[in-house]
Amino acid sequence: MSGGVDSSVAAALLVERLGRDHVVGATLKLWGGTSDSGCCSVADVDDARRVAEQLDIVHHVFNFAAEFEERVVDPYVRGHAEGRTPNPCIECNRHLKFDRLLERARALGFDAVATGHHARRVTTPDGRFRLCRGADPLKDQSYVLAMLGQAQLARTVFPVGEMTKAQVREEARRLGLRTAAKPDSQDVCFIRSDEGRQGFLGSRLPLHPGRLVDHGTGEDLGPVDAVELVTVGQRRGMGHGADGKRRFVTAVDVPTRRVSLGSSEDALAAGVELHTVTWVDDDPTGSIDDRSVASGDDRVRVSAMAQCSAHGRPVPCTVGRVAGADADFGLTVAFDSRQRRIAPGQTVALYDPDEPDVVMGSGIAG
Amino acid sequence: MRAYLDHAATTPMRPEAVEAMLPYLRGEFGNPSGGHTESRRARMAVDEAREQIAELLGVDLGELVFTSGGTEADNLAVVGAWEAGSASSANPATPQALVCTAMEHHAVLNTCTALARRTGAQLRVVPPDKDGIIDLGALAAACTDDVGLVSVMAVNNEIGTVQPLDAVASVVRSGSPHAVMHTDAVQAVPWLAMEQVTAVVDLTTVSAHKFGGPKGVGALVVRSGTPLDPVIHGGGQERERRSGTLNVAGIVAMAAALATTVSERDRAGSRVRVLRDRLGDGLVRSVDGVSETGLRHEKVPGHLHLRFAGVESEALVILLDEAGVAVSAGAACSSGAVEASHVLLSMGMGRHEAASGIRFSLGSSTTDEEIDHALAVVPDAVAQLRD
Repeated sequence: MSGGVDSSVAAALLVERLGRDHVVGATLKLWGGTSDSGCCSVADVDDARRVAEQLDIVHHVFNFAAEFEERVVDPYVRGHAEGRTPNPCIECNRHLKFDRLLERARALGFDAVATGHHARRVTTPDGRFRLCRGADPLKDQSYVLAMLGQAQLARTVFPVGEMTKAQVREEARRLGLRTAAKPDSQDVCFIRSDEGRQGFLGSRLPLHPGRLVDHGTGEDLGPVDAVELVTVGQRRGMGHGADGKRRFVTAVDVPTRRVSLGSSEDALAAGVELHTVTWVDDDPTGSIDDRSVASGDDRVRVSAMAQCSAHGRPVPCTVGRVAGADADFGLTVAFDSRQRRIAPGQTVALYDPDEPDVVMGSGIAG
Repeated sequence: MRAYLDHAATTPMRPEAVEAMLPYLRGEFGNPSGGHTESRRARMAVDEAREQIAELLGVDLGELVFTSGGTEADNLAVVGAWEAGSASSANPATPQALVCTAMEHHAVLNTCTALARRTGAQLRVVPPDKDGIIDLGALAAACTDDVGLVSVMAVNNEIGTVQPLDAVASVVRSGSPHAVMHTDAVQAVPWLAMEQVTAVVDLTTVSAHKFGGPKGVGALVVRSGTPLDPVIHGGGQERERRSGTLNVAGIVAMAAALATTVSERDRAGSRVRVLRDRLGDGLVRSVDGVSETGLRHEKVPGHLHLRFAGVESEALVILLDEAGVAVSAGAACSSGAVEASHVLLSMGMGRHEAASGIRFSLGSSTTDEEIDHALAVVPDAVAQLRD
């Protein structure tokens, strides 16, 4: 229970379904610093606790701040120092909500964890779990959950996944929950809107000025304030080329402090290689043993739809493993037609081309 | 069955305290600062309570300043003494540094930190040894001539270790002759002879709800001659040391609670010590991988602190609560999350070990049955978390 409307309604629905003796509320204390909702997000915890009290369920606060720092914030900062753009919400889901919290819940004797995510878990006739987009296309959060596998999904439920946001708010109003009209949270929870990404990273990293250079010729195109804050694919602040057209960042090289710029055509790529690959169900590119005997030409290839940001448009692609690659590295994504370059660190979620609501898996752009 | 073993957090109110305060919640509503009959009746109640509390603490009634509790008394002690000392022309050396221990309650630790940041004074934090007793050598090194304030708690709130205040006082007096010496004695009142505490320090903090009184009332003992500026300004109550209309019902109840506490103290101490030892010995026997924090002979009778290897105390508190045992793990932050114990960290433990500690704190109302219940349920809860 984050203190927002979605998890409030998720809790209320569970209490209706299971009875109050079978549900407890939990709020994670993740960020010890200041945020838009105050120190330690105390105001959000208060909202969550008041909703739990209203539902007459026990409420706990779990302090996972140390792990959050170690598994989410530190890698986020380190990523930028190395020219990558990690998605902290996905790493939080991977390491905190669907690992640490699931484990805590199991230890305390609970069968499952429910969250307020807009996504759906569907059980197949043979007892497998599928992860599907939430019913509200504008609020769908399956992208940030795409790294879930069978082990996590078996112990996870998404009570509001079948509802639209409007229905969630309506339900909250019907139940008289104090969070009914609370605005949706935006952006990264540990970055205050008044300081922004630059202020946050600037307080944790030395930011270095660098040079903008032409993607093709290497010609010097002028200075840039902080190379660590530039992302591949970015066009804001990059000005226009000699042809008067907008320029895009095609590469960031932090060690040499060089940011390459090119035309919109230069900003396209034929594909991307992914690491930290996960699959919701069995690996459709075959088992590792199969691949280890396959030659380079016999790679197993699978069609998919690739979504490269939380609300990006899915694009058709073919994915396959390099022969002999281990389970954690080496998934290549070849777009059917060239796409905007994927920044290193960004997560690519793969969806089923035949059933576009169904998540296949995920990986992180290398 | 519930076993309430969190008396160090707060105690159930003693019936005498409830009875004593009721008239002042009902008919007797006067403001003790006024000049009419209603006021005089309230004033008399406060005066009697003040006299009684002063005597029970071994001080003069003029040396008592009522506050809203322990935290306010700690703030008044640290800030009030520092500001008075800095302004005093009698002091030949303007104080430059303040000293406290690393295992102080946050009411002292955070106040000292804020004061140092605000004034530019140097804060010297003295560590405890591995058993939770102040390191007197480190204290001596910190206590130089330019120290204006030293704060050393009488009994640690998390692990219950009694600090050697006599020895602390002689180190402070010889090294820092101009320093005001404060002790947070909030955890000491139920167990120690308070006149021996107030005799060796200048300022002593007590809080009513730790010994069967109501929440929201406490006191700072200010030994006569100790310079102290007010922190809360206003109508000049409490001899200009703490303004604000007095909490008449709370003060009267605090006196009643303290009277019973002191009269029963030796008996309660012996009885509770037996219960505490039975709980500690029993759990050490029945649960593998248990370590006890601090040495029992250096602790007050009500405290037992155990570390369960491989167990997260945050989860254990929840399971024990479900099983009917109320205990605590470290200090609670305003969000309700359990923070890693700064006390255990200061004793040299790593983060994981410090996060495996549970405080069982007994009080004068603790029963044999409560200990039986805890002995019965703790092993299963620990086993479930280790599973």
